[in-house]
Amino acid sequence: MDKMPAWADIVLIPLISLLLAALISALVILAIGEDPLAALKLMVDGALGSTYGWGYTLYYATNFIFTGLAVSVAYHAQLFNIGGEGQATLGGLGVALMCLFIPWPHWTLAVLGAGLAAAAFGALWAAIPAYLQAKRGSHIVITTIMFNFIAGALLNYLLVNILKPMGSMDPATARFPEATNLPTLHEILAPIGINFSKAAPANVAFLIGLVACVAVWLLIWRTKLGYEIRAYGKSESAAVYAGISPVKIIMIAMLISGGLAGMMAVNNVMGEAERLVLNSTEGAGFIGIAVALMGRNHPFGVLLAAILFGFLYQGGAELALWTKIPRELIVVIQALVILFTGALDNMVRLPLERLFLALRRRQEG
Amino acid sequence: MDYMTLLQVLDSTVRLATPLLLACLAGLYSERAGVVDIGLEGKMLIAALFSGAIAYVTGSVWLGVLAAVVSSTLLSLVHGLASITFRGNQLISGVAITMFAQGITVLIAQDWFQQGGRTPSLFGGARFTPITLPFAETLQPVPILGPLYYELISGHSALVYIGFLCVPATWWLLYRTRFGLRLRAVGENPAAVDTAGVSVVRLRYAAIVICGVLCGLAGAYLATGLQAGFTKDMTAGRGYIALAALIFAKWRPWYALYATLLFGLLQAVALRYQNINIGGVVIPVQVMDVLPYILTVVILAGFVGKAIPPRAGGQPYVKER
Repeated sequence: MDKMPAWADIVLIPLISLLLAALISALVILAIGEDPLAALKLMVDGALGSTYGWGYTLYYATNFIFTGLAVSVAYHAQLFNIGGEGQATLGGLGVALMCLFIPWPHWTLAVLGAGLAAAAFGALWAAIPAYLQAKRGSHIVITTIMFNFIAGALLNYLLVNILKPMGSMDPATARFPEATNLPTLHEILAPIGINFSKAAPANVAFLIGLVACVAVWLLIWRTKLGYEIRAYGKSESAAVYAGISPVKIIMIAMLISGGLAGMMAVNNVMGEAERLVLNSTEGAGFIGIAVALMGRNHPFGVLLAAILFGFLYQGGAELALWTKIPRELIVVIQALVILFTGALDNMVRLPLERLFLALRRRQEG
Repeated sequence: MDYMTLLQVLDSTVRLATPLLLACLAGLYSERAGVVDIGLEGKMLIAALFSGAIAYVTGSVWLGVLAAVVSSTLLSLVHGLASITFRGNQLISGVAITMFAQGITVLIAQDWFQQGGRTPSLFGGARFTPITLPFAETLQPVPILGPLYYELISGHSALVYIGFLCVPATWWLLYRTRFGLRLRAVGENPAAVDTAGVSVVRLRYAAIVICGVLCGLAGAYLATGLQAGFTKDMTAGRGYIALAALIFAKWRPWYALYATLLFGLLQAVALRYQNINIGGVVIPVQVMDVLPYILTVVILAGFVGKAIPPRAGGQPYVKER
């Protein structure tokens, strides 16, 4: 018998963890000499008070949907993919190569080509650590960390030495051609009479992110492969007994995970920057860990958590603009969320389980 | 390349290897006790901030080191709380701790000094000054060995010598004392240690505290020895290079020294020469930057000597009931 009802596990524990993180952040804000409630109001106004704010919130959320899904797919197979950052960097390279060197007639075709390239490059970058884990037993966490750094250096080399246009000092590619520019939410929503902010970077990639959520849900809970991934994640020996090949599951789960992380580039590289710059991912790969933990590795949870972190990012930018609170406050909040939902999970869970047991005993007795 | 240039490169190798060595030994204690620590980077970072800030305010570098050690150990204890007491995921805890340090250091530095997330430059007694070893100047004219002693062995700050002394000390502690035997056992088979009536929890906390102290020294050296003050994200991945060195060294103290010296040499060469031209083939600076990571992946893959981590690493210990 379960110690506590499912809703408590899915909703209550993340909420309490979030509250704890918010409480500590409020103390930090107080220590800086600002009013936490005023700061929260500023964040809500700045991130959700206008379509401009929403445009940024959803833009960030799109990045986090992809990296969050990436972490959670791997997590279902008990693999901790900490390499989203590197995989998304490589995804950016795939997008840039596609957009720069193929003359696309229309963005719909371009997004298809670039999206596939992004996924392929991201998956490729995950494939090597996956192979080493599956065949040689090297720990995937360590290898994916190493591959983050290798990806950064590879991109640095390519941008500085090869992809940079002649005569440019800036280590970045040329602008992508006009035909590859993705429509923003302003352009998508205008025909149905919604006047969405023109300046905000949210674009069609958000819709692709929603599709990805549904696809991951179908994969994990409605296909044989998803069943095998979950079975392997729950118990390797049971999975092997059931005829599931660990090598196959590790490889497939990591390829999907890397592909999802890589597809983030459709949003930030193709949709927003419209060229490839150094450090284009800006830590989104790591935020994916927080998003997946918070979202309990379920695509719908990941979507909600991604929007929450999108709100935090846009709100944090507003705070940095109008108060003495630096943007790094968001990094602290993010770290606290990871700490409470991921590492200190038992600290929140054990007292709650005791509480529910006591309540049940009272009902029965 | 003449002899003096070689000595200079080796001299900066020693400087750059020191923080790696201290952090690597820190990780060695933790992982040998069965607690995986990927938060070395974060602990170094917070130590760098507090050493820089306190050294600046008090004008005393040793108070700065003390602050560094205390702050890093506190963060280490959070890791202990998560991974030993609450039996949480040690990897996730390490990620969270590094991320926390990356954010909070900038918040604190900005709040205290308003210089864009850095401390003011340190000078005078707030920084480590080079120690000239006895007879260094007298012996300098001696050919070959004189400059070697003067340039390479003498003239480093105290933390460099402390770092290098930590290597034999760690070896002695791990392989020649009862504490060391138990520490290694708790990383391989905690149940056996428990059966012998020794507290697994206490041993692991002891390892975590040593890890925090050493990370504190590593961070303090960055801000008060290698550079003059704290700057945002100044560890720049050194915690992860130290982690790589630990794997490269297969969790052994003397090999940790060799691995960090090798990685320090790579950094020194990258710093001095940017792109290296060997017989018409240009090795870009980025290759030197990532060589530690690539080498570690190769070692991990087991193509050149397999690196086998402590057996109980990463698993929380649950006492039988």
